[in-house]
Amino acid sequence: MDLATFLVQCLNALQYGLLLFLVASGLTLIFGIMGVINLAHGSFYMIGAYMAFALAPFVAQAVGGGFFATLLVGLVLAVALGYVLEWGFFSFLYEREHLQQVLMTYGLILVFEELRSILVGDDVHGVQPPAWLAGSVPLGDLMTYPVYRLFVSAVCIALAAGMYFVLTRTRLGMMIRAGATNREMVQSLGIDIQFLYRVVFAAGVALAVFAGMIAAPISSVYPGMGNQVLIVCFVVVVIGGIGSVRGALFAALLIGLVDTFGKVVFPQAAGVLVYVMMALILLWKPDGLFRAG
Amino acid sequence: MSPAAALIEARGVHAWYGSSHVLHGVDLALARGETVGLLGRNGMGKSTLIRTLLGHVRERDGRIAIAGRDMSKARPHEVARAGVAYVPEGRGIFPNLSVRENLLMAARPSRDGGRDWTFERVIGTFPRLGQRLGHFGAQLSGGEQQMLSIGRALLTNPDAIILDEATEGLAPLIVQEIWRVIAAIRAAGIAAMVVDRDYRRVAAEADRVVVLQKGRVVLEGPARTAEQHAQLATYLGV
Ligand SMILES: Nc1ncnc2c1ncn2[C@@H]1O[C@H](COP(=O)(O)OP(=O)(O)O)[C@@H](O)[C@H]1O
Ligand SMILES: [Mg+2]
Repeated sequence: MDLATFLVQCLNALQYGLLLFLVASGLTLIFGIMGVINLAHGSFYMIGAYMAFALAPFVAQAVGGGFFATLLVGLVLAVALGYVLEWGFFSFLYEREHLQQVLMTYGLILVFEELRSILVGDDVHGVQPPAWLAGSVPLGDLMTYPVYRLFVSAVCIALAAGMYFVLTRTRLGMMIRAGATNREMVQSLGIDIQFLYRVVFAAGVALAVFAGMIAAPISSVYPGMGNQVLIVCFVVVVIGGIGSVRGALFAALLIGLVDTFGKVVFPQAAGVLVYVMMALILLWKPDGLFRAG
Repeated sequence: MSPAAALIEARGVHAWYGSSHVLHGVDLALARGETVGLLGRNGMGKSTLIRTLLGHVRERDGRIAIAGRDMSKARPHEVARAGVAYVPEGRGIFPNLSVRENLLMAARPSRDGGRDWTFERVIGTFPRLGQRLGHFGAQLSGGEQQMLSIGRALLTNPDAIILDEATEGLAPLIVQEIWRVIAAIRAAGIAAMVVDRDYRRVAAEADRVVVLQKGRVVLEGPARTAEQHAQLATYLGV
């Protein structure tokens, strides 16, 4: 592997890991704070990708179009979706057993996939990145790298930094972290925990939807893409430690590296490398790398 | 509403944990600025009564009013916002938040906009916390956690504080300090409801005591009178 190839793979690993982080961070927060195992979280990623594809014509008609206008509309819809789902379904799951949570959220996957099938069909679609991000930058003499992928990484880094700031530097962040350990006390300090949960859930949904939307030009849009990402996201959550956003970032980047370089170095074993790594890490640290931090 | 009227008033309060009926029609009042001691043996329902008043026990019946407003169905954060702070059994510190964050997380002015209790004043009251602002809640000793719990409650500038077994499991010197703080709370005009095993100390600090027996109020009155009651020792198991 020459230097340019190595660099390209590093950038790919970073971009994949960061995108994974966007989806997994919501999953780990919802799991860690509300105690809900949300199997439907991957569906939000799928919904995002399909929104990037299917909303574009409508947005074009309404406001003259553009990738970013579509992103914005999608984000607003995502927050609304998260809010309504929390109100209508998830708020009933907090005190329930994991089995009931798994059953209901699995049911939601089926509903979302079916709705997707009815509304947009089962075809695979491509989504064009905006024109000014469509080019490539040269890397060394022989290689180039798509600008759009760099853009995705930059946006993810900005979002991760924003999340870090909110969680560690603001009162909302303190409340969210406190809510993971002692709900009763949070409430008795005058904080409406129902509202707090709704905000966290909506934010988690919005992050996953957003990840799906910005991933669409890279990965294309296909049925079942949510389930694939869900499994990897659970690996991220388990490796990083349930409820730990920092752990999710670390684990997602690690998985990005292992998966990307695994495909290059051990193509035969690439599919299982991530799971082997998870098993090894859990043998070493059964609670994950960063337990609830 | 006159300032002397009851801040917390409970009438005929019942509470259940599933099928077990724990409170059987409790009447209780806490006036503004008053300190009430809530006494009774283990398992008689003191913590349940408190958690019911605060809205944490959902299976409940009866009337609860705070500052004249009906709060019989209120959710816990609404009770807190009505000016009632809670120092729970077991202290309720957030182990994954720093001391500073534990204190500031919910700090707010009082209902009439006053900010008698500032961060600086709380640190002045509990200098030990000031030396540990960057530590996580989990790294504190039991006494420090208790001070943090009380300090956090004061920073919400409440009209009343409910302290459930605040001296439980602490070294004698720390217990003295906690009682000094309870006296300071009283002196600051904040109403307090205090649960503690040391009934002599409660009698000395409180205006009134209320004794619970199997979820019912069996004795109520000025601390001095209660001490002369023939049954008191039985009620308290001493
Ligand atoms: N969460 C709970 N679930 C079921 N029963 C409880 C619970 N908490 C307390 N109890 C029961 O309610 C009764 C009163 O308990 P509690 O209010 O904690 O008493 P106290 O604070 O006076 O020691 C006891 O019989 C106790 O076993
Ligand atoms: Mg108790």
